[in-house]
Amino acid sequence: MKADGDVLVVLAVQFAIMSLLALGGANAVVPEIHRQAVDMRGWMTERQFADMFAISQAAPGPNVMIVTLVGYHIAGFWGAVVTTLAMCGPTAVLAAYLSSTWDRFRHRPWRVAVQAGLVPISVGLVSASAIVLTGVAVHNLAAALVAAVTAALAYWTRWNPLWLIGLAALAGFIGII
Amino acid sequence: MSDLTGATPTDLPPAPQAPSHAELFLAFLKITVMGFGGTLPWTRRMFVEEKRWMTAEEFNDVYALCQFLPGPNIVNLTSVFGSRMRGPTGALAAWAGFLILPFTLMLTVGVLYAQYGDVDALRRILKGLAAGAAGLLIATAAKMVVPLFKDGIGPAPFVVLGTAAAIGIMRWPLLGVLAILVPISIGLAWWVRR
Repeated sequence: MKADGDVLVVLAVQFAIMSLLALGGANAVVPEIHRQAVDMRGWMTERQFADMFAISQAAPGPNVMIVTLVGYHIAGFWGAVVTTLAMCGPTAVLAAYLSSTWDRFRHRPWRVAVQAGLVPISVGLVSASAIVLTGVAVHNLAAALVAAVTAALAYWTRWNPLWLIGLAALAGFIGII
Repeated sequence: MSDLTGATPTDLPPAPQAPSHAELFLAFLKITVMGFGGTLPWTRRMFVEEKRWMTAEEFNDVYALCQFLPGPNIVNLTSVFGSRMRGPTGALAAWAGFLILPFTLMLTVGVLYAQYGDVDALRRILKGLAAGAAGLLIATAAKMVVPLFKDGIGPAPFVVLGTAAAIGIMRWPLLGVLAILVPISIGLAWWVRR
């Protein structure tokens, strides 16, 4: 798909909003990216979304880089630039600005309540991401088994996640899934 | 509440030397090269142990702020570090140093995916990767959910379930859901603490 101005504006606005709603980090907005790009606007198929999430988790660099892949897929080079800037820019400015005033608010009772109120929201958002991603990536019993084993190993062992995800890729390559 | 962590930066021993813009850019560039599979430990190591640009206490403080704010935490971290060292332009240098390599890499991967995404062997690998990535996310979510539920009474478990159901199952728009649930959750937290 080639970049046209309208798409870039939509991407800039939507991803900037998402960055400000990403409570707890980039994984919190995975369901929203899915809702907009797959369900609402038909910018990509379910399978392509699953691929991009998988690549962003396996590749070096922060998980937020899924937005670069999504942006490139939707609108080419400039799409990638716009989604990356919109997702990584606004909150970085906010954070730099707040870091100088943060100390003053640290022990105020309202700040403690805000923090205590936001934690369960961000936990709920990551849980929602896990639900949506499992629905997108798991289509048969073998895939469910691979996801379950990976989850169990990641939960109960201290193995490097890269090994786990590598094993899952191997299971796919030899045709188990 | 203990005020051990309440020291202002002026109480702390001075950093050997504040880094220049170029040093900030290169420091975060190097972190992305080394930090395959997790950049936070490397950031801490470089800033606190190697270069001693920050004390461990300051680092924890900045990290707490970035966990609290929306957006990609680790990207926010770069900008806070940079701004503490060299103001707004320092923030930009650190932020750009951190993003330039991952962005270039993802762009390259995006081009390759558009070209070869339908090749059979790659399709099989990606199917496995996607299932594994979903498994990792399930474990991440579980590690966050379990302690909250163990704490027992209180509104937190209900907020978790409500948020997960609204976004994960009902697939409602994020903005609307947060506009309703965030004030409720903060209100409940305030009420419980009174």
